[in-house]
Amino acid sequence: MSYLNISNVDVAFPTANGAYIALREVHLEIEQGEFIAIIGHSGCGKSTVLNVVAGLLEATRGGVLLENKEVNSPGPDRAVVFQNHSLLPWLTVYENVRIAVDKVFGKSKSKAERHDWTLHNLQLVHMEHAMDKRPGEISGGMKQRVGIARALAMQPKVLLMDEPFGALDALTRAHLQESVMEIQTALNNTVLMITHDVDEAVLLSDRIVMMTNGPAATVGEILRVDLPRPRNRLELADDPTYNHYRAEVLRFLYERQRRPEAA
Amino acid sequence: MGKETEMSNNVIALSITPPAVAEIAPVVEVRQPVREAANVERQPPASPAYSFPPVSKARLRAVAITRAVILPGAVFLLVLGVWMLVNAKITSDIPTPAATWARAVEIFGQPFYIAGPNDMGIGWQVLYSLGRVMAGFALAVAVGIPVGFLMGASRDVHQACYPLVQILRPVSPLAWLPIGLLVFQAKDPSAIFVIFITSIWPVIVNTAAGVQAIPQDYLNVARVLRLGKLEVTRRILIPATLPHILTGMRLSLSVAWMVIVAAEMLTGGVGIGFYVWDEWNNLNVASIIVAIGLIGLVGIVLESLMNLAQRYFDYNRR
Repeated sequence: MSYLNISNVDVAFPTANGAYIALREVHLEIEQGEFIAIIGHSGCGKSTVLNVVAGLLEATRGGVLLENKEVNSPGPDRAVVFQNHSLLPWLTVYENVRIAVDKVFGKSKSKAERHDWTLHNLQLVHMEHAMDKRPGEISGGMKQRVGIARALAMQPKVLLMDEPFGALDALTRAHLQESVMEIQTALNNTVLMITHDVDEAVLLSDRIVMMTNGPAATVGEILRVDLPRPRNRLELADDPTYNHYRAEVLRFLYERQRRPEAA
Repeated sequence: MGKETEMSNNVIALSITPPAVAEIAPVVEVRQPVREAANVERQPPASPAYSFPPVSKARLRAVAITRAVILPGAVFLLVLGVWMLVNAKITSDIPTPAATWARAVEIFGQPFYIAGPNDMGIGWQVLYSLGRVMAGFALAVAVGIPVGFLMGASRDVHQACYPLVQILRPVSPLAWLPIGLLVFQAKDPSAIFVIFITSIWPVIVNTAAGVQAIPQDYLNVARVLRLGKLEVTRRILIPATLPHILTGMRLSLSVAWMVIVAAEMLTGGVGIGFYVWDEWNNLNVASIIVAIGLIGLVGIVLESLMNLAQRYFDYNRR
């Protein structure tokens, strides 16, 4: 049995015209320490998959098993990095991470240990210099770094990232992708990332899960990315294997799953 | 005050820019050859020799003083002129500014005398009025915030209460005074009741709007962290809605201060509103004008206190 098992998940929403089926038979098995990217056109239900794993949304049929235990409510063992960082604006950077640390380790760690752990996670994302600032005073990329620190600080079994860099400019995005790769190498997190960026998917992940268009979206193809780590963006730019993977994903997205209205 | 001066300085700096633009033209000609040389050898371009006319600090200060003191002073003088004109041409029952000033000196000379239950200094009048405002305002906040929270959090409560709020909100608070007098059979509770009714609507409406405006993301964070109901309220709902609540409180307090004057005119007793009415009955118009000025000043003080509170609690402004 795999570490994280998304087992034949259907998600349907009631509407005036009967049930709207968003996901049908989504099945995915993820090993510990794997970096998985889910890619697909917007509206295909990528985020729905992530929300089911997070427990924020209940599967209509099927379910999610983490270490052989069913998950059906949100919890810090599946920390989420939200697309628009969702830091609490009335707390400082430090407090935004500390609130998570206090909640998860309130009983198992002493106050001093929790302080150190908060600082440690801010250091991981290179944000310790801004720990006393409020989210309104730092840039979008920095906010997303803090969002990642908050998620990492929960020491989750699975790190869920919902288009974490979608709202950032290309240079900041590249910078954060490097950080995530570094951290993932160091901590060996199991990561499930939603993205619509082909380069990001190929660069970061071990496997790319390509989803068909909705309604009733499902897993179309899974591409294993056998590129040695650490990966370097510049070297890979001219690497034929990298470009082959890239072309595979593009072909899936633009030939086989071309959006009808975009045609 | 310091902030205002600073702002007007910026404005001045901008307004001085246009003449300087004219001087850029010759500078551009000078730069042309430098640029060509840079193309050949890629030398760093010489820093362009913009020359702005020096801005004298004395001039900036003069403009700042004009804005802050002279312009408002001019309008003040204009009003004084109209006032004197009314006194001279329309009715001499309106006292001259000088006579009013003399009365003000007299009134404020002994603001806290007590010569009997119906004859107290103006300081007491204001304090009694403020006491009623604060009592009604505190009750309105105590009731309005929870009701607003419920309306913001539950669609059903919102649907149930919204029409009532919409109907009652535009009603002049004084229309409630007879109801208050009937129910409470006493002046003071009735006046407080009117202030309560005045203050509660902005608090309810703004609190509800604040709760509705909380991004779903914050609540998702709370769910991932498994915060309990109490923790969600304390760590997310209250801080997120506090700015809205304070806006509602600021609005209702300034209206409450306006309404108390009118309410006291009807209920009587010690208070600045009845003071105005009493002096009207004594045809003591100078005292009324002094009271009008004082009511305005107290209003400003209340407003700035609420602004201070807002700045302190509102994460957007800190």
